[in-house]
Amino acid sequence: MNQPSELPAPNVSARWPELLFAAAQMLLAVLVITDSLRVGIGWADDGPRSGYFPFGIGSILLASSGFIFIRQLVRWHSARIVFAGHGQLKRVIAVLVPLTMYVAFIAIIGIYVASALLIGYFMWRHGSFTWLATALVSIGVPVMFFFVFERWFVVLLPKGPLERMLGF
Amino acid sequence: MEELANLLHGFGVALSWHNLGFMLVGLTLGVLIGVLPGLGGANGVAILLPLTFSMNPTSAIIMLSCIYWGALFGGAITSILFNIPGEPWSVATTFDGYPMAQQGKAAQALTAAFTSSFVGALFAVLLITFLAPLLARFALKFGPAEFFAVQLLTFCSFVGMSREPPAKVIAAMMIGFALTAVGMDGVTGQLRMTYGFPQLLKGFDFLIAVIGLFGIGEILLTMEEGLAFKGKSARINFKVVLQTWGELARYWKTFLRSTVIGCWMGITPGGATPASFMSYGVARRMAKDPLSFGKGAIQGVIAPETAAHAAGTSALLPMLTLGIPGSPTAAVLLGGLLIWGLQPGPMLFVEQKDFVWGLIASMYIANVAGLVVVLTTVPWWAAILRIPFAVIAPVIIVICAIGAYTVHSSMFDVVMMLVFGVVGYLCKKLQYPLAPLVLALVLGDMAEASFRQSMLLSQGSLAIFWSNSLVASIAGLALLLLVWPVVGALKARLSARANSASIGEPR
Repeated sequence: MNQPSELPAPNVSARWPELLFAAAQMLLAVLVITDSLRVGIGWADDGPRSGYFPFGIGSILLASSGFIFIRQLVRWHSARIVFAGHGQLKRVIAVLVPLTMYVAFIAIIGIYVASALLIGYFMWRHGSFTWLATALVSIGVPVMFFFVFERWFVVLLPKGPLERMLGF
Repeated sequence: MEELANLLHGFGVALSWHNLGFMLVGLTLGVLIGVLPGLGGANGVAILLPLTFSMNPTSAIIMLSCIYWGALFGGAITSILFNIPGEPWSVATTFDGYPMAQQGKAAQALTAAFTSSFVGALFAVLLITFLAPLLARFALKFGPAEFFAVQLLTFCSFVGMSREPPAKVIAAMMIGFALTAVGMDGVTGQLRMTYGFPQLLKGFDFLIAVIGLFGIGEILLTMEEGLAFKGKSARINFKVVLQTWGELARYWKTFLRSTVIGCWMGITPGGATPASFMSYGVARRMAKDPLSFGKGAIQGVIAPETAAHAAGTSALLPMLTLGIPGSPTAAVLLGGLLIWGLQPGPMLFVEQKDFVWGLIASMYIANVAGLVVVLTTVPWWAAILRIPFAVIAPVIIVICAIGAYTVHSSMFDVVMMLVFGVVGYLCKKLQYPLAPLVLALVLGDMAEASFRQSMLLSQGSLAIFWSNSLVASIAGLALLLLVWPVVGALKARLSARANSASIGEPR
């Protein structure tokens, strides 16, 4: 949506993401294995202990992610796999940052106000709308959700100071 | 014919006014979910699942499965009119559907797509009607070892049939299993892998994972492409529908082949997406004029749509009879059954006749209703996609966040949704398959339970998995599928050596 016709930006190689993602899995596997050893991977009077099954899972995960990790190191120079273009990554981060802030805001100011801010930000940043349209949509959608969930389905969602002020 | 009597009884259950109402609501929501990128069958059902906790299970599953059918129908609309697959399984539909729309034959393409979906689903439902009771009766004899062997078969067939590298398929699966093991161990009551965090006591909920992996992950992927929707408009009138139906009858062979491929891929956990690609490929190879494919051949629309819908529908067969879902969406539905307190598997056919046959009957009704709904309402759905993505994207994010929060009313789940979203994006970019991860998350506890029970029976000896011919043949088949990639690789290497002219470019 923002400048599709920019110059062909250089690409980000998949080398490091691939390696780090495999490393993260190995870490997860080690966590699983350590804790399985703690609770016991053997046999108790009444059958297999709690770590019995997870230990196997952790071992297979360690083996498969270790394989991916080593293979990635071996073909470090030969493989030219593109992870994403620079422009693409920029667009992904342009979503990821407000998304993370949105999740943080839900905890502080409630989901309705946070949603209004998120929709408003997107419409301002990624679209070309008048202020009136932006305000109407970004406030109207959360208000609609409020009535659907709090009133119709009686599902209570996180609320913040504004809702308290209004007496909900 | 006991099945027919049961089915008639099922129609009695499904045809009540409020179930018909839920059906229409489900179909409409489903088409909407199918049309919007980022909201798919699996996470659409996951988001709406918490709202059904208080409903009676039969109505709840009728509504949720209708969402699934609706999403299967809806995916075709965006593929044909906008060249944007609303669902992964409609990617293959864009190859010929969009060229047809460009040539001004959008109405024909849509009619062909919807009708194919309907035909595929109808055959799959017939298959379920007559095969499911037999399979369930057979599965009643299963002990824990047999169940574990079938689960092993499910997971091994992922390794054998995925297009992703086998090591990554296994890794994705094991991540799923590892995550289900977190929290309280159901047998001994011991805490596992919580590392002192009280939030981890309950473990990871697969609903959160599905919403994050498929919903948020998909939004990130969609944004990567920097969206610009340029769509064709379409209006379907009755005359075009009749003309197209007349034309479709000539392609009965394509229908037949695609249905068989779809049903097979649905029952084995290949799922709708590979089924649609495979069916498209086969149709092109078998066609008299393969060169017309990709330029608007109507068979190129028929083949993937028939297969996708047949696979999507028949994925419920192993879910209902064995408790093993054939697709991620079926996995979410299975999770729903567990939450409503129904244990999927052969006993369901004995203990919950109303539920099972009501569901099966609703598949017939819902697919007829779905066909009518989509044929008559296409212009409206196309209009939805004219809403700019700058509005749709944040609204989908909000819906995902609400969905994640409502599962346990926990803020921690919303944070986890975000984490799963990033993981989902990375998985897609690095060619890790998501379906086995989700399936492992759903089936993890069951697989562990059946494995431990079998070990108890055999006092810790793995020999129980070849102790009788039934379990041995299932386990053997599983192992065969597991080593299949190795066999394939060896074969390729041998033939490459025979040609001795290959340039070693590792993928």
